[in-house]
Amino acid sequence: LAKLPVSIADLVHRFGPHMATEPAGGWSTVGEPDRLVKTHCCFCGQQCGIQLKVKDNRVVGFEPWEDFPFNQGKLCPKGVKRYMQGENPDRLRSPLKRVDEIGFVPTTWNDALDHTASEIRRIQQQYGNDAFAMLSGASLTNEKAYLMGKFARVAVRSANIDYNGRLCMVSAAAASKKIFGVDRSANPWSDILKAKVILAAGANVAECSPITTHYIWEARERGAKLIILDPRMTPIARTADLYIPVRSGGDIGIFNGMLHIMIERGWIDREFLAQHTTGWEQVEAAVKKYTPEYSAKIAGVPAEMIVRAAEMWGPADTSFLMHARGIEHHSKGVDNCMAAIQLVLATGRIGREGCGYAMITGQGNGQGGREQGQKADQLPGARDVENPEHRKYIASVWGVEEPSIPHKGLSNYEIIHAIHAGKIKGLLTICCNPMVSLPDNKYVREALEKLEFYVAVDFFLSESCRYADLVLAGSLMEEDEGTTTNVEGRVILHHKAIEPPKDAMVDWKIITGLAERLGAGDKFKYDSPKQIFDELRVASKGSHADYYGITWERIEKEYGVFWPCPAPEHPGTPRLYEGGRFFHPDGKAHFHVVEWRPAAEEPDAEYPIILTTGRVVSHFLSGNQTRRIAGLMSQESEPFCELHPRLAEKLGVGAGDFVKVESRRGAITVKARIVKTIRPDTVFVPYHWPLERAANNCTIGALDPISKIPEYKICAVRVQRAERPTDAMSQLSPAAGGVA
Amino acid sequence: VNELIFFIDQSRCIGCQACVQACEECDTHRGRSMIHLEVMPRQDSVQTAPQVCMHCEDPICAQVCPADAIKKGPDGVVHSSLKPRCIGCSNCVMSCPFGVPKYYAEIDQMMKCDMCYDRTSVGKKPMCATVCPSQALAFTTLEEMQKTRSGKPVNSWRFGAQEVRTKVYVWVPDHVEQFAVDLVQLQGLPESQKDRYDVADLLEA
Repeated sequence: LAKLPVSIADLVHRFGPHMATEPAGGWSTVGEPDRLVKTHCCFCGQQCGIQLKVKDNRVVGFEPWEDFPFNQGKLCPKGVKRYMQGENPDRLRSPLKRVDEIGFVPTTWNDALDHTASEIRRIQQQYGNDAFAMLSGASLTNEKAYLMGKFARVAVRSANIDYNGRLCMVSAAAASKKIFGVDRSANPWSDILKAKVILAAGANVAECSPITTHYIWEARERGAKLIILDPRMTPIARTADLYIPVRSGGDIGIFNGMLHIMIERGWIDREFLAQHTTGWEQVEAAVKKYTPEYSAKIAGVPAEMIVRAAEMWGPADTSFLMHARGIEHHSKGVDNCMAAIQLVLATGRIGREGCGYAMITGQGNGQGGREQGQKADQLPGARDVENPEHRKYIASVWGVEEPSIPHKGLSNYEIIHAIHAGKIKGLLTICCNPMVSLPDNKYVREALEKLEFYVAVDFFLSESCRYADLVLAGSLMEEDEGTTTNVEGRVILHHKAIEPPKDAMVDWKIITGLAERLGAGDKFKYDSPKQIFDELRVASKGSHADYYGITWERIEKEYGVFWPCPAPEHPGTPRLYEGGRFFHPDGKAHFHVVEWRPAAEEPDAEYPIILTTGRVVSHFLSGNQTRRIAGLMSQESEPFCELHPRLAEKLGVGAGDFVKVESRRGAITVKARIVKTIRPDTVFVPYHWPLERAANNCTIGALDPISKIPEYKICAVRVQRAERPTDAMSQLSPAAGGVA
Repeated sequence: VNELIFFIDQSRCIGCQACVQACEECDTHRGRSMIHLEVMPRQDSVQTAPQVCMHCEDPICAQVCPADAIKKGPDGVVHSSLKPRCIGCSNCVMSCPFGVPKYYAEIDQMMKCDMCYDRTSVGKKPMCATVCPSQALAFTTLEEMQKTRSGKPVNSWRFGAQEVRTKVYVWVPDHVEQFAVDLVQLQGLPESQKDRYDVADLLEA
């Protein structure tokens, strides 16, 4: 029974979020650490190099790592303060079991793992193998991501494993695969510096990938023009050569409109198209109707902005396109990305210096996390779980019969649907916090409450863990070692800085311990993450995402190695598509006709305002880590609703007022922040907070039909002035979902 | 030519506060951030501007200190107040034209940015300029700046009738010779003028 054992206030009192306000030993502790550990930030896909100061098995501070080429010592505030997370009093130090009316009490690892294994088997015997599901995460190392996929297919033998990259990268990934036949940013970040025009669509670079700012500013010093598409004038947009305040969901109007003008003016590389692509004629015909006026209506901006964008992008010698969640978090996310990428392809400006495109990965291992086989539809090496050859090869690596590998399972939010519908009865989560991160939060809570058995692996008692029967105390990034793959496709190595608390366990040992109890111990005999990586190399061999030639030793020596890297003597592949060679069997890139369509829920008379959601610089995703670090909380302690002064005036909302933001699914009450930097038809709320402050109370569970990404970036709401909330939840600390 | 100089390029700042967070990690003043991130009225703009100590050639804070507690080193770095001398009067806090020194009641002492003396004196870069993701804060040579950025350095200021020259440079467009701070209009533009930072105005273009 996955219901709360005691009240939320009681759980918060015991398990937080409380805040780490001081480093280990206090601020006054200075002096030499025992050692400096060169590793990487645990947060976003930039994966900045950082040195952690370690003293007496505690991380006591940091020192910039200026030799690491991607960030050269630079860090955002999350990177600076990330070292404090391990000192948080909320850190789980042993496995916990839920006891009705009491809460969560410590248990032994043997009992916890035995009970988990027996519940998995009980549920599967009673309801079928697929009635037990797993939700994993893209902040896991490659080794753990690989292990989770194998665990699901070999030990649990359920089709239903998916990961939270489903909320993050899948639209970009699907678009890239459809067009190029592979799923990775096409270029190393050094190519940004050589671009003469940069187009960033739906990317709040300054807050969500801050280190990329320097690359953009350097390119501009060298003469690059900058075009930004965003309903909000974010810090990166403030000085842009062209800022287009596109209506959320109107991006295809900009992209197809630009292409229309580029065709008219002759800014198309027809020789490249003839030699290296298919499907151009259909696209050319389809964008005929996307005149500036027609496109402007879709995009909700003046037509001349689209003309100017085409004039800047079209004739440039070199160019770089980057996109992020702003165009991906839509029920047409894949189409948005394809329309964007086709602006690159039509000019032939790809596969050479200063020419290319990138999707800015959001999560720490946003790139690698989707290649190692923890996706519902993929096996390791980004292989297709329905492709007989792929299945056969992976079966041989795993030493199992091909038919024993389950087929394609449900995606992340579809798993929630199936739980809600009573089809899935048991759940394991690791590295995710659906009670904050999934849309239509009330629906997610109802689903979790229906589970017969829920086990969560986490290092803090997240909002989701509160619904679990068992919480297995896992490891922080600095407590284990393993690789991740950064935004550029560069595989890098995280070093272990400290040991986990005595009665916590590194994640991979929890999973292998469960596999053993499920009778698959012989397939999960690893002594170290490095052994898992060596198996992963073999599993990815011959695939597009080929890691075979990458070793931990090479990563260290070469500051990371870019995949594909098929052999130990292969230098790796920083830049894809050189010479116009793409990854489809015909070697060509494939155009796709993209037509604009409305969002699942557009504003109407009843709910007349667009809600869009996103991040702030000082918090990461569901906030499970960053809401526990005082320095980061001091930057943004609670969510807010950004609205334009004109909208505020219409609604009678003044500075400092609270507002109720309400959709058909739920509501939140947060402080108003009246700013001229947002479209007057749109409000923005950051999503890092839970409960009555969760932006995802309002968002809609509509999914892209191909990528199954939820539509976080547009739903319809009404907004009204509200009194300061006084209910029990509002009395919690802001970190826990209260109001200050 | 090889002298490392502190430059501020306000136009690059993205307001992330990495500098603020990193500053308080320095061993000499752990837990206290000496850098200020100035925020324009958020209603009007996302613009922000980091403010480190400018290290004046003739420091006003030192001039007004009745206890002679603020010293400038031979390298031009103006230090925090000397603990045995500081009487906590806050004259320096009041008089600094850049608003840099802060008085800490719990230690009854003024402390301020000393350009990470513990780091720069041993060949490292200041913490803020090392981590700054946008390199709005940069600690490098003039040659490197001229090679990689358009614009030029300025270290001459005029506050009303007072002229100030500083060790720290601000990187500005070529036409700027000196910063003159007189009366400033704090809010709003004339009614008729379009505001390029107002999205509603942009949409009506």
